[in-house]
Amino acid sequence: MRAVTFQGKGHMQVDTVPDPKIINPRDSIVQITSSCICGSDLHLYDGYIPTVEHGDIMGHEFMGVIVETGSAVKNLKVGDRVIVPFTIACGECYYCKHDLHSLCDNSNPNAVAAEAMYGYSPAGLFGYSHLFGGYAGGQAEYARVPFSDVGCFKIPDDLTDDQTVFLTDIYPTGFMAAENCDIKPGDTVAIWGCGPVGQFAIRSAYLLGAKQVVAIDRVPERMDMARQGNAETLNYEEDDIIDALKEMTGGRGPDSVIDAVGMEAHGTGVGFLYDRLTQATMMQTDRPTALRQVLQACRKGGTVSIPGVYGGIIDKIPMGAAFNKGLTFKMGQTHVQPLLPKLMQYIQNGDIDPSFVITHRVPLERAPEMYKTFREKEDGCIKVVLKPDMVA
Amino acid sequence: MAQAQAQAPQESSKYPEKGIKVVKSVTINRPIEDLYAFWHDPTNYPAVMDYIQSVQVTGDKTAHWTIKLPGGIKSEFDVEVYTDVPNEVISWRSLEGSEIQNAGSVRFKPAPPERGNEVQLTVEFVPPAGAIGNALTKLLGDVPAQYIAKYLYQFKQKMETGETATIEGQPSGRSEAKKEEEVSQ
Repeated sequence: MRAVTFQGKGHMQVDTVPDPKIINPRDSIVQITSSCICGSDLHLYDGYIPTVEHGDIMGHEFMGVIVETGSAVKNLKVGDRVIVPFTIACGECYYCKHDLHSLCDNSNPNAVAAEAMYGYSPAGLFGYSHLFGGYAGGQAEYARVPFSDVGCFKIPDDLTDDQTVFLTDIYPTGFMAAENCDIKPGDTVAIWGCGPVGQFAIRSAYLLGAKQVVAIDRVPERMDMARQGNAETLNYEEDDIIDALKEMTGGRGPDSVIDAVGMEAHGTGVGFLYDRLTQATMMQTDRPTALRQVLQACRKGGTVSIPGVYGGIIDKIPMGAAFNKGLTFKMGQTHVQPLLPKLMQYIQNGDIDPSFVITHRVPLERAPEMYKTFREKEDGCIKVVLKPDMVA
Repeated sequence: MAQAQAQAPQESSKYPEKGIKVVKSVTINRPIEDLYAFWHDPTNYPAVMDYIQSVQVTGDKTAHWTIKLPGGIKSEFDVEVYTDVPNEVISWRSLEGSEIQNAGSVRFKPAPPERGNEVQLTVEFVPPAGAIGNALTKLLGDVPAQYIAKYLYQFKQKMETGETATIEGQPSGRSEAKKEEEVSQ
């Protein structure tokens, strides 16, 4: 089959590789119809995630049709149309039983290494690093789905791929970011980053009852898309964000703040230059420029929700601001599986049509150039969907 | 992570000073009877510890183990179970004259409500001088606790999910995988 493979920092390539096969009894094989490039794929592309290996198959946002099931899979059959959550979860351990699927005890074959890095191992992930199991991803024609009886979620025929493919990651990720804010009537939510996760966080915050959502970015088309979702926008290159948020909230500050940027933040001023330098020289692994502002901006007693990905060590975090304002932190990879019935209902009710975020639909063969386009935010690129069956 | 040489709560080391000792615990969301039953039958061990090639039961309390070490080296020895309290503890040790003196025990106890049961595995090896000792040291690696933890986690996976998580056999764009593809076509 054809698959997008990692060939070193800044270099993806479409290769012919062996087709995946069933390895374990709960596996299924999916023939992929849509697969996306995620912002977190860019962290791998840019070489900031350790333990990605030359030749690894990329991609963790994919859907398709079941073409083979393992001997223990009873709830799926060949021909079923499914989306596949990016978090691989067994459904049986303490964490899965408590709807914390991204913390699954059993899905990471490399748990010992993750434990050495983080204290305990989180779930395995598709198309990510070997610290998270090194599972082959879904930017390919086929993928093996481990624990497919828990992972694959069936999609009704009357919904399109474009409407449902984001159930794999960014829609639940934006939703969980908003849910983690514990929104009360009248709340203001401020969101750093108007990428796809930020866009879904904006819409989810309103669905969960926010009065006002303020979105912060610098890229015009992303800010336009945020305004289409009824957010007010601020440009961090032009506005004094902390002052502006105070004025928009009668001096109180936002009740909750969302860092939908993560480890490769852009920013301005001395802090940003410090981060670029220390990250480039490996003195810190992540660049928390956005997170610092997020902590400064949050009102007293507010909640900080972090869907943006961090991988390692960060520097000069204003812990005094967080501590003395009594902030609550909520974060982590998304618990995709338990959110799916609810989010599917929003789609079927017409409360949201997730396809709004797509700017590019291209054949799989064009993935390498689209990684660059997406990273550089060229050509108005916000979200790329790769179509293995589209003719190049 | 529990380190090698972590304190053993119930008994002192069988091989003081010269051996490698690892103590490692995991909590498993399965009935204690199922966990005990697995360890009560030593022929199950190769399923979760791939360095054990085979275990043949030779008597009421004895078994013959074959383990494989790096470099194609094999070592065989006889093991006796000297403690077996259902749903509490099983302890074994190699018999006199074994190339690799080794011992182990597995203890079971209930975790707090809704959390399953705790399994604590203790293993001890005395690497002999020479090739076998070197191969054993290589097998256990720089952090023997991590080596043993891997197998304890595979046991948990097997008990909780019915299979062990793996990527062995999946495709990649690395050259050996591509070669395989060319051969199969």
